[in-house]
Amino acid sequence: MTTPGGTPVAAPAAAGDTEGVGIAALDAGRTHRMPGWFVILWRNGKCRLGLLLLAAFVLVAVLAPYIAPFGPRVDAFATSQGPTGAHWLGTTAQGEDVYSQIVYGARTSLLVGVVAGTLSTLIAMAVGLTAGYLQGFVDEVLSFFVNLGLVVPVLPLMITLAAYAPVKGLGLIIVVITVTGWAHGARIKRAQIITLRTRDYVTAAKFAGDSTARIITHEIAPNMMSLIVVGFMSSALGAIGAEAGLAFLGLGDPQTTSWGTMLNQASLGGAMTTGQWAWVVAPGLILALLVTSFTLINFGVDALSNPHLRED
Amino acid sequence: MKFFVRRTGFFLATLWAAVTLNFLIPRLEPGDPAEALLSRLTSRTEAVDPAQLAAVRKLLGAPDGNLLQQYWEYLAALANGHFGVSYTYYPYSVTDVISEAMPWTLVLVGVTQIFSFVVGTALGAWAAYRRNTRTDSLITLGSTFLGTLPFFWIGLLLIFVFAITLNWFPEGGGYGGGSQPGWTWLFFSDAFQHSVLPALSLLITGPIGWILGMRNNMVQTLGEDYARLARAKGLPRRRIALTYGARIAILPNVTGFAIALGSILGGTVLVESIFNYPGMGRLLLEAVSNKDFPLMQTLFLFTTIGVLIANFLADMAYGLLDPRVRRKDAT
Repeated sequence: MTTPGGTPVAAPAAAGDTEGVGIAALDAGRTHRMPGWFVILWRNGKCRLGLLLLAAFVLVAVLAPYIAPFGPRVDAFATSQGPTGAHWLGTTAQGEDVYSQIVYGARTSLLVGVVAGTLSTLIAMAVGLTAGYLQGFVDEVLSFFVNLGLVVPVLPLMITLAAYAPVKGLGLIIVVITVTGWAHGARIKRAQIITLRTRDYVTAAKFAGDSTARIITHEIAPNMMSLIVVGFMSSALGAIGAEAGLAFLGLGDPQTTSWGTMLNQASLGGAMTTGQWAWVVAPGLILALLVTSFTLINFGVDALSNPHLRED
Repeated sequence: MKFFVRRTGFFLATLWAAVTLNFLIPRLEPGDPAEALLSRLTSRTEAVDPAQLAAVRKLLGAPDGNLLQQYWEYLAALANGHFGVSYTYYPYSVTDVISEAMPWTLVLVGVTQIFSFVVGTALGAWAAYRRNTRTDSLITLGSTFLGTLPFFWIGLLLIFVFAITLNWFPEGGGYGGGSQPGWTWLFFSDAFQHSVLPALSLLITGPIGWILGMRNNMVQTLGEDYARLARAKGLPRRRIALTYGARIAILPNVTGFAIALGSILGGTVLVESIFNYPGMGRLLLEAVSNKDFPLMQTLFLFTTIGVLIANFLADMAYGLLDPRVRRKDAT
């Protein structure tokens, strides 16, 4: 990530030069196990922009205490101010700095996205690949649970669980999002593996005596790379959106600063009637920017599994 | 035929599982929601119908009897359509309250969903047909930028601009103070005015999922060997796109559409909360904040059954549209 990342538009970037960088990255990749798929992603312009955006978000999240001028919950300022030099995006009805809350909100969104996205992708892969490859009785049982997971409506279930739950922590939200979010990916992966399992190279591996687990991980999974990455991205995105939505409804973790809670408080705190544009606009826009970075990366992921789409 | 019989059996099994899940959720939680609610109900000044109390107990878990016995009573109550009494809207039964809110949600979300699906799928197919051109970029990037905006936030902005600043549309609610629900012109025009902003917020973000889904599927199918063969044979581009690409790529979208229609309540909670729209989503939030467990449980059950039926219909449609599925499942 560091090798080509430093200078995206290097000054003497002739065609031959970029090629050289690509090959160097590929070589470096082999020694550091930096895989070739990253190079393919990086060569796609939209995808590169998405990766840079996401890297910026990660940087902001990690360095939040150094970037934000104040703590997210410091309410020592004049209330309901418009944007000023001291408070770039104004202050909340409680007198907190909106800009600092935006910076710290990146942490919540990324954390929820990565943790819930990874967990649901792992569950989806385990269930979907096993069901689709083995078929028969195992498929029958697993598909039953997938369908059950699909039919339970996510937001009402989350709201219902949150209503009964005595503590509303970020952990609870992540667990609920994961439990309700894995089934869709599992269904897609199952469908994909059903079309892949009868391909010639799989049959060849089977006759060569490879175990089922090896066939799934070595023959089939690489051909589903794009699907798996897209699955992770959409799970992570879904989790980020779900957290924001729940927080906006006032059902999130009241202890955590997130862009959803900010919008909730802006709506409750009368930001619209006092004309505080920045307080309402900023959290939504920054959330949209994060979502955009994911979608841009997906453009490159398409090219991974379908070589016709690669931009060389 | 075997395919359809199997799918029906599958549907009934998931229906049973969903009903059981609805039974288990309140009983798995710590505390006793039934007792809490009963004590609040009986502390009212008016007398509470004992039959209604019994229904609440069956729904939420009564301390008497073992779990199996409770389960039978719960199933019997559901079979007879006894969902209990709403705490918030006492003395109305839960079913009365829900049937009042349901038309609002069905009309608002039903219409916007159908529109989103048609527009989204068409745009997605067009983007895939012209992939890696300016049209593709315009459609995918444009819808990306619009569609990535959190839609409850778009709702807030719409209120900000069109209700508060310009004062063109009402801020929220289902109808104004001047009109009463009924088959009158006044009421319908009023309800329409109130539904413009909620519908707009749903329509701005609605098609995005269909656009990207359709585009990705179709790009995939157009990269397959049979599409390459069609190109090699010199078939017209448009024909390849429609009969080799779109026809196969649309299948997942059809399934997705049935599920989206079934999950109407899930998508409507946020929009109804922002616009204070008198539908099922707002009812659910109201039930949650008032700890009106019978109303909440019933709404949850209805939604789940709705999605189940939609899913079943989608399976049937898939079987009809794609002979490969039917054949594979029958053997």
